[in-house]
Amino acid sequence: MTVNWYLIVSAMIFTLGAAGVLIRRNPLVILLCLELMLNAGNLALIGFSRMWGNGAGEIFAIVVMVIAACEVAIGLGIIVALYRRRLPVDVDQLKELHG
Amino acid sequence: MSIALSPWLVLACPLVGMLTIALLGKKLSPSVAGTIGTLAIALAFVFAVITLIKLQALPSNARVETTSLWDLVNVDGVKIQLGLYVDPLSTFMILVVTGVSTLIHLYSAGYMQTDEGYVRYFAYLNFFVFSMLLLVLAGNLVLLIIGWAFVGAASYMLVSYWYRRDTATAAGIKAFVINVIGDIGLVLGTLFLFKTMGVLDYGHLFAGAHTAFQKDAPELVIAMLLILVGAFAKSAQIPFQTWLPDAMEGPTPVSSLIHAATMVTAGVYLIGRLHVLFEWAPTAAAVGAIVGALTLLIAGSIGLVMTDLKRVIAYSTMSQIGYMIMGVSAAAYVGGFFHMMTHAFFKALLFMAAGSIISAMGGNQSLNNMSGFRKALPFTFACFLAGGFALSAFPLFSGFFSKDTLLFEVGARGGWYWALYAAGYIGAAFTVFYTWRMIFRAFWGEPCEQAQVVIDTGHAYHPAEHTNPHTGNEDDPSTQEVEDSEVGFPGKEHKYAEKTWQMRFAMIPLAILAVVAGVIELPFGITNVLSDFLKPTFADTIVTYMPDNSGLEAFGLILSSVIAIVSLACAYWIWVRKPGTSAAIQARLPWLHKLFINKWYFDDFYSIFVVRPVVWIGQWASDSFERVIIDGAFIGGTSGLVKAGSAAVRAIQTGLIRSYAALVIGGLSVVLLYFLVRGL
Amino acid sequence: MTFLFFFIFAIIALAGAAGVVVLRNPFYCVLSLVVHLIALALLFLLLEAQFVAVAQIVVYAGAVMVLYVFVVAYVGGGDKPDQLWSAGTRQKALAVCFAVAIFVELAIALLGTALSALGTDGAKLSATYGTPAEIGKLLLTNYLLAFELASMLLLVAAIGAVALAGRRGGIAEDEGNLSPRHGLVHTPSPAATGSMAEGVSGYGVTTPLPDPQFEGRELQQPARVTAEDDR
Repeated sequence: MTVNWYLIVSAMIFTLGAAGVLIRRNPLVILLCLELMLNAGNLALIGFSRMWGNGAGEIFAIVVMVIAACEVAIGLGIIVALYRRRLPVDVDQLKELHG
Repeated sequence: MSIALSPWLVLACPLVGMLTIALLGKKLSPSVAGTIGTLAIALAFVFAVITLIKLQALPSNARVETTSLWDLVNVDGVKIQLGLYVDPLSTFMILVVTGVSTLIHLYSAGYMQTDEGYVRYFAYLNFFVFSMLLLVLAGNLVLLIIGWAFVGAASYMLVSYWYRRDTATAAGIKAFVINVIGDIGLVLGTLFLFKTMGVLDYGHLFAGAHTAFQKDAPELVIAMLLILVGAFAKSAQIPFQTWLPDAMEGPTPVSSLIHAATMVTAGVYLIGRLHVLFEWAPTAAAVGAIVGALTLLIAGSIGLVMTDLKRVIAYSTMSQIGYMIMGVSAAAYVGGFFHMMTHAFFKALLFMAAGSIISAMGGNQSLNNMSGFRKALPFTFACFLAGGFALSAFPLFSGFFSKDTLLFEVGARGGWYWALYAAGYIGAAFTVFYTWRMIFRAFWGEPCEQAQVVIDTGHAYHPAEHTNPHTGNEDDPSTQEVEDSEVGFPGKEHKYAEKTWQMRFAMIPLAILAVVAGVIELPFGITNVLSDFLKPTFADTIVTYMPDNSGLEAFGLILSSVIAIVSLACAYWIWVRKPGTSAAIQARLPWLHKLFINKWYFDDFYSIFVVRPVVWIGQWASDSFERVIIDGAFIGGTSGLVKAGSAAVRAIQTGLIRSYAALVIGGLSVVLLYFLVRGL
Repeated sequence: MTFLFFFIFAIIALAGAAGVVVLRNPFYCVLSLVVHLIALALLFLLLEAQFVAVAQIVVYAGAVMVLYVFVVAYVGGGDKPDQLWSAGTRQKALAVCFAVAIFVELAIALLGTALSALGTDGAKLSATYGTPAEIGKLLLTNYLLAFELASMLLLVAAIGAVALAGRRGGIAEDEGNLSPRHGLVHTPSPAATGSMAEGVSGYGVTTPLPDPQFEGRELQQPARVTAEDDR
């Protein structure tokens, strides 16, 4: 399989994730969609790594996974805090910071 | 101390004094501020003396020292340094400036003691002296212009020192505007010189002038005429003289400083400093000499009829500066600077004495109200007499020798200079009349109410309420604008010389100098201290330096003595023996009196042809142009644009996370599109 | 063979991703993501990245997803299930447009690139490529700084998560006692709180000045857009 195929798949996953971020209102699901986008990036990184036969891309992917984990920790922390304060778990209703 | 260092210290003293006083400001007690200010100038005088000693130690054919701290400009062959030019002329000037200024500071310390703005006053005063010293010591025209502009700014601050008085701020603005006109002339003239010669420092200018220009070349004449505009404006020569009498709004010591030691002598110095160029452009020099002669006559004639004591002295200054401008323009350098020095002494003294009288008068300055101060203020009277004798060139007083040296040098050039010579002697008669008119009217006769108060109580007269003498009828305080005692008059207590030691101590040396300073340059070569001292500066003159013509010299001395004595006798007749005479003359020649009292209509002329059109344009600009275009289009347009823009940006800021994300992703897609299109 | 596996895994991964986006119940979304992640790990294997593939399964599909499941269980799906496509607002249409645009652009960029290596199966690999030993060596030599920074980031995130969600943390103190001014929920603020809307609309930036125009009337609150209006 040529690297092109992997990249196309990566682009599709990224696009799906982006669309999900834009259309979902549940912050949990938005976080999941962000995971999708990060993973699409990972797939592209690993694809390029394979293409050059160079391990650097894999290191990048691992760092991306670390960042994803951090993001999950903080994001889920916020969601839990929201819930405990009996606030609506809906990003459309959390819009106090408008102009 | 080397000669390269001492002039810098001369400059540094007043600067440090000014900064100290200004920065510490209200933290200083008034007496400390006065002490710092006076000591700073006194120290500058000491360094000036050291400079003199060091300069005299140099061989007489190389008595010039240039010293530079750093380059201000060094680009493409143009080199302008922060440098000083020390030669006999500038040393002479700094000696006179610092010497007289020290005494004026001392006088101020007494006179202004109870003024509210005492500390500010001394900061200004030190700044003034610093500016003047910078102007005098500057090593190139750029630095000279800087000092020149500083002097203008300082005069503005000091003239409108009592800023709550409308008349004072108006006078300050007038002085500043006219000075700026002069600055423009000076700058343009400098640019003219620079355009042809490409240098601005004195050494190169003087050395290169004769090769760069033909004699009397049009470009050089234009440049020198422009520079003369600067000199005329600063030295209050016709047609730029109108600011000087108005500058009497400042405190009396300020008038003394402006008139005697600093400011107005700057024009004289400038012409003397650039004498090489002026001699090479005889047309410009002739213009200078003729304007000087006109000024001395016109100002003298106005002085005859003014009734404000300080204004009479102001017109006298204008007239005496006219002599000096005429002298230095006609290559009478020794006479010009000799007269500048003696004038500094006696004019400072006269102003100080006038300040003392005005104090005793409770702020009233009109000669019509003064009489009989002879007994009330004996010390002031003695000083005024010394100054008056010197000013009127009475034989054997300092002014006699200086004025005669000046006119002798002018006359010795022959040709049309005889007209100037004659004008000088006619002006001398005017001088005697207005001087003794002041003295006879203020000191002779029955003591006036205020003088009687001084005699009876030993304290100065205090009017029930303070008024601004420059409003209403100057003779009648009840018609004048009432103001509080913290404004327009030096403090709540009125200090006059008999009761204030600082004022006395400042006046005594000046009185002595006013009498005897003539000995440094006696006629027929008996003494020639000054001409020998200045000789290195004027060694390159193409005119005879100190002509030798004892016949003419003797004629001048006799003529001068006769004029002084006869005019004094006439004045005594007019104002003491037959007090109604002057009124009778006035009634016989009403048109002449009207011409003089209206200052030859210069102010009215400027008012109609300059001030009113400018005011009208300014009014139009502020009413129409500013309101419609600036406020409406520019300011309103800008703020409207910002408002609309921020409203648009605010619409984007919905608070909805998803719309933000949509913007990010939309932006990303646009960026990608850009790269794709660019890659095609 | 690789060909077949690739398509199978790619389709599963895409289906999982699509499930995340379209399923209504967050719980199913998480499960769908797990499926996606595992398929992705298999794709990694096809790319010879064995270590990353294993890490993906262990760390991602295992640990991180368990965290998600916990939170979903705690928070629940919400009383109102996510109304997907329900409100076809302009913004949502726009969102889809953007997503499609990005995909098209990415595809053009990938296919139109002059990078010939993309059309190959990749370089010839060394024997150690993708092995834990190789990764470990790279992490501790060339990419030590990135490694250390990532560890630091993890530490900070851990502390942050504890601070955010902890029961005794600062934010929990006034639980159930929300002031209308500082609450996250959208409530009309009293006048003169200094919000941007006030600044622009000109109402009560400081204490309301007696304005002859408003004399005898209550100072009006600036009109605020409510959440419902926006949808």
